[in-house]
Amino acid sequence: MPTIVVLVKQVPDTNAKIAINGQTVDLSAVKMVMSPYDEFALETALLHKEAAGGEVTALTVGGPASEKILKDAKAMGVDNIVRIESSDSMDTNALQTVLKEAISSLGAEVVYCGKSAADTGAGSTGPGVAERLGWSSASNVISASFDGGLSVTAPGNGGNVRLDVPLPAVVSCDKGSFKVRKANIKGIMQAKKAAVDVRTIEAPPSTATVVSQSLPPAKPAGKSYQGGQAAAEVAQLLRDEANVL
Amino acid sequence: MSETIVIAEMNNNTIHPSTAELVAAACALGAEPTLIVPCTDAGAADSATSWSGISGLIAAKSAAFENYDAAGWASALDAIMPQGTIVTGASPQSKDLAARIAARRNLPVVQDVVKIEGNHVTSPVYSGKAMQTVALGSASVVSVRSNVFTPVQEGGQTSVSVVDTTGDVATSVQEFMARASERLDVSEANIVISGGRGMGSPDNFTHLEAVADTIGAAVGASRAAVDTWEAIPHSMQVGQTGKTVNPNLYIAVGISGAIQHLAGMRSSRYIVAINKDADAPIFKHADYGIVATWEEALPVLQAQFQTMMG
Ligand SMILES: Cc1cc2nc3c(=O)[nH]c(=O)nc-3n(C[C@H](O)[C@H](O)[C@H](O)COP(=O)(O)OP(=O)(O)OC[C@H]3O[C@@H](n4cnc5c(N)ncnc54)[C@H](O)[C@@H]3O)c2cc1C
Ligand SMILES: Nc1ncnc2c1ncn2[C@@H]1O[C@H](COP(=O)(O)O)[C@@H](O)[C@H]1O
Repeated sequence: MPTIVVLVKQVPDTNAKIAINGQTVDLSAVKMVMSPYDEFALETALLHKEAAGGEVTALTVGGPASEKILKDAKAMGVDNIVRIESSDSMDTNALQTVLKEAISSLGAEVVYCGKSAADTGAGSTGPGVAERLGWSSASNVISASFDGGLSVTAPGNGGNVRLDVPLPAVVSCDKGSFKVRKANIKGIMQAKKAAVDVRTIEAPPSTATVVSQSLPPAKPAGKSYQGGQAAAEVAQLLRDEANVL
Repeated sequence: MSETIVIAEMNNNTIHPSTAELVAAACALGAEPTLIVPCTDAGAADSATSWSGISGLIAAKSAAFENYDAAGWASALDAIMPQGTIVTGASPQSKDLAARIAARRNLPVVQDVVKIEGNHVTSPVYSGKAMQTVALGSASVVSVRSNVFTPVQEGGQTSVSVVDTTGDVATSVQEFMARASERLDVSEANIVISGGRGMGSPDNFTHLEAVADTIGAAVGASRAAVDTWEAIPHSMQVGQTGKTVNPNLYIAVGISGAIQHLAGMRSSRYIVAINKDADAPIFKHADYGIVATWEEALPVLQAQFQTMMG
């Protein structure tokens, strides 16, 4: 019966307006939520447990405030919730080293995570952690089946491919066909009482450091046209002015 | 900065033209890079021998490069790459590879870079609602978005050294699934035309397909279109919970321009919007905005494209 870990990260609600204060993003007024793709990872982890047995542990690296999403995960049905205390500015090497240690100490055999976090948009963590553990990985997975070993569907070769993924493995999840379950009342009650297992893991120094954050450069105002006939002029400008055809 | 290495973006054992942009990006990081071409047939590297801006050209030949497997590719490339900063493309597959290689060498990775100044690299964060600049303190891996850097030109002369390598392939492909359609995928296309709820019905997407066929575009969709109409698959969805695209040209038809849709396409080089509502938010991001119904505008657009394309 597999020991399953799901990685969850707390991020600003994707509907939130992002404000800049000086040289950094100001998140003080922003609602924080579980990163959207992590919900699909969580759903897949729970499906895996339902098919194969075992236990699911939700794991996050973050400050005390990020315990909220661990409680959310608990309410949806995970067995254990673990938070690794973090210093703010970790580069991917530091973060992934910490995650690798944590995953090893939990004795995990399969790890699910989001295809990318809503703040970084990177998609580095799944394949990066897999490499550090020496495990196989599949990224951007849109469906998974668990009988007779893990088999997933993911984009590849200009279409989709079905892959057999030997365990241990890290699987990053896209939206695909996963329907995320809702927490029920019993789950929510249990989550309230659940204790978060808080741990510290030494991170290596970060060599890539954030120096500034800013709003995206404003786009110069575009040209505006009334009526469908203008489409002919626009088509021509796409060649003559924009040079894209 | 020390040595830089570019891993060529590949497409059916040929070098994808966007690789010339990656070389330019690597030059901006400080040094003319060595270009590594992952291939099954070393002839694939020949098309880069005349490029300027490269200090070396290696055809990395391996059966592991037949199909994409992250672990297989990373191990096969790691075995033959010098130390230094590594530049890759930012396609989903290349980002995956960038992350693997960085982890293998205990380096940090920065994805989706759109600006480089010395050792400072900038990439979008918070779904493109902000930009973040990171200082690379030592060797790192960066993936670079296409259609941002001006490609290096012809005019150089570099000979190919062929190096054989092997990789540990971990996953095995069981089956190639037929694509939902024979159409180009939005994440691969240089031009994307997307339809939203304003298209009225899924059948009307044939009008978008006709335009797409004329100009070699892929057809995308908003989430409202995907959620409302069974016939429009999620694989076509552009946006925060769909695909992120970065084409030269993005044409949004009957799409309002919600923040989650913008998250997937706002970095497109040129944006055209066709919408009957002059106040639709998409117009704030459009280089060319046409206030009209698609019923009026699309046939005119299509006719003009056909004339232009001959
Ligand atoms: C967590 C989350 C994630 C999301 N992820 C995504 C995502 O990945 N991608 C995405 O697209 N959305 C996403 N959304 C949904 C997003 O908020 C919008 O609801 C969606 O983008 C709206 O799609 P639309 O523009 O097609 O529809 P609408 O907002 O209904 O707009 C239709 C537009 O068509 C115009 N129109 C109507 N008739 C015509 C006509 N005949 N000719 C021309 N124009 C016409 C109207 O003026 C209108 O502007 C997400 C939302 C949430 C909460
Ligand atoms: N600090 C973190 N704690 C737990 N999981 C994380 C953390 N950062 C990233 N992840 C996981 O890795 C995924 C991809 O993140 P990223 O590589 O930043 O795009 C996220 O969706 C999470 O599942």
